[in-house]
Amino acid sequence: MTDMDMSNASEKQTDFSASLKKRYAAERRFRAYGLTAIVIAVSILGILLGTISFQGTPAFFQTYVQVDVYFDEAVIDPSGARNEQTLRTANYQALAKRGLYQLFPEVSERREKRTLGKLLSSGAYRPLSTMVLDNPEIIGTTQSVWLVTSDDIDTFNKGQIDRNTVEADRRVKDNEIAWVDVLDAAGRIDMRFNTAFFATGDSREPELAGIWGAVVGSFLTLIVTLSVSFPLGVSAAVYLEEFAPKNRWTDLIEVNINNLAAVPSIVFGLLGLAVFLSFFGMPRSAPLVGGLVLALMTLPTIIIATRAALKAVPPSIREAALGVGASDLQVVTHHVLPLAMPGILTGTIIGMAQALGETAPLLMIGMVAFIVDVPSGVTDPSTVLPVQIYIWADSPERAFVAKTSAAIMVLLGFLITMNAIAVMLRKRFERRW
Amino acid sequence: MSVAEAIKTETPAEKPEQVSHKITGKDVCVYYGDKQALFDVNLDVREKQVTSLIGPSGCGKSTFLRCINRMNDVIDGCRVEGEIKVDGTDIYRSGLDVVELRARVGMVFQKPNPFPKSIYDNIAYGPRIHGQASDSAELDQIVETSLRRAGLWEEVKDRLDNPGTGLSGGQQQRLCIARAIAVNPEVILMDEPCSALDPIATARIEELIDELREKFTIVIVTHSMQQAARVSQRTAFFHMGVVVEEGATSDIFTKPQDGRTLDYITGRFG
Repeated sequence: MTDMDMSNASEKQTDFSASLKKRYAAERRFRAYGLTAIVIAVSILGILLGTISFQGTPAFFQTYVQVDVYFDEAVIDPSGARNEQTLRTANYQALAKRGLYQLFPEVSERREKRTLGKLLSSGAYRPLSTMVLDNPEIIGTTQSVWLVTSDDIDTFNKGQIDRNTVEADRRVKDNEIAWVDVLDAAGRIDMRFNTAFFATGDSREPELAGIWGAVVGSFLTLIVTLSVSFPLGVSAAVYLEEFAPKNRWTDLIEVNINNLAAVPSIVFGLLGLAVFLSFFGMPRSAPLVGGLVLALMTLPTIIIATRAALKAVPPSIREAALGVGASDLQVVTHHVLPLAMPGILTGTIIGMAQALGETAPLLMIGMVAFIVDVPSGVTDPSTVLPVQIYIWADSPERAFVAKTSAAIMVLLGFLITMNAIAVMLRKRFERRW
Repeated sequence: MSVAEAIKTETPAEKPEQVSHKITGKDVCVYYGDKQALFDVNLDVREKQVTSLIGPSGCGKSTFLRCINRMNDVIDGCRVEGEIKVDGTDIYRSGLDVVELRARVGMVFQKPNPFPKSIYDNIAYGPRIHGQASDSAELDQIVETSLRRAGLWEEVKDRLDNPGTGLSGGQQQRLCIARAIAVNPEVILMDEPCSALDPIATARIEELIDELREKFTIVIVTHSMQQAARVSQRTAFFHMGVVVEEGATSDIFTKPQDGRTLDYITGRFG
């Protein structure tokens, strides 16, 4: 009897070790799968970021040409009254071009002259008016000024147009290349950091287009979104989770909130168009409306995340507070909400990140319009970063390819900054229990 | 322990006495949804004494305890019938202020549950929300007195700003007791306060309970019969949602009237 028991036992022993080997093998396989997945994910992310920064970096630099501009009083202010309006609207473009023509006295034919003038951007003269307005004394003098070149020359200077291709196949012609070479040899061509990109709004000319209008638009929109969706979402979640009776109505509301989270975002855009623009008559293309639409879209995310965070607060804390005689509201505001705050913030930041990257609903309310001015308030027409990316990606000029990638980099930077702030806030709220 | 004996003890053997009852429960029935947890419980708790509720798991002792300060209100589908009076006031009558009741009937829970705040704030929270201190000096005084009464002052007086969650389990439980007494309640309910503690910490809490008896009426739920015997003057034995027997602790443990009580205290079930 005991022998049999023992042989049984040893048999079981072998079975056991065999299965153990299998289990370990399964574990190793599982780890390998996980590692592979991570390697794939990281390398795809690396490729994405690599391409974007490779394509986008040139947009942060801009080719300038040095021109000696004679500030001719006859052109700027023939009356000599030094009227500000006159000084502002004078024909500086002609002065800039005249300066460029002087560098190439051999160019005299009218058509050739026009081509030479196109080396300069159509907005190259803008600093000249600023210079005169800052200091009217310079009228009548000759100043050496660095002016923005046109996008084609900029692209060529960055090496993105090959001079060895057939002339008909490239946008920069042979004579233009010759002029650029001459200027370059004279030290009059320079690549500089493109500060205008971070300071101006959109433009039809790639060399003048900036991201700042979209950044401000995105910022204003997100402020509206946050200030509407965070208090609304948190209050709704707190009520549903802590105070609402559990009955068929609250079940229905819960199901609907979960469904709303899955509604395609463009539907929210249509809703915004119908309600905010048509019914309430709010301004088109404004961050106010964009923010409200995105707030509607973000609400379910925030509500669901907040409810989950509230549920995760241990009941013992509620009991402890109730036990010393805290009212229901005090339990929530003094204990449950502070403890749930890290989770709520995580949910909010996910919602805000989603809102930051959202394009479709904003197209419906007119934020896709071409807007040059940097918005100064929530009712000014404006665009947002993802829409700006969309607009630039859609533009035919070669230089907009780099701008698109640069805008994506700015968008990612915006996102990372936002997440960093959220992580910091979360760390401050985080407590053990 | 025969069937006959078990039937015989249906009627309580207690003689009516002239004692002041802090809490009186009459025909208390509690339902969780469709399931009935307490069946016509009649139980009185004497003032400034320790009453322990013993019985096997799921017998309804914690349920009864939580009825006394209406902590069952927060449980979905929980329904209480019958009458529970604290100082002659029916605490389930409509219009009763639950917050005020809970300030008068404090509670200490099974697992130490300090707030994730500083030791000082843990104690000061109750007095603060009830406006029991007019200035910070008075609040400091309340905190010190409460911690002293809970026997924790000497251990924590130099680190009142440290988080309460950083204390050891036994200290945390004493902190919770200090938090409960800081609002100066009349009754303290304790739901297995030592079940998560080691014997040394348990002994400290038991001593503490004995001291607190002078000022407070204490109802304690415990799984340990030794503990009931050590700390309480009165004991009620719960079984299957009814109070089988209630009486002086010494009587319950030396000459129980009911066969089920005898079986339980001698360790035949439970």
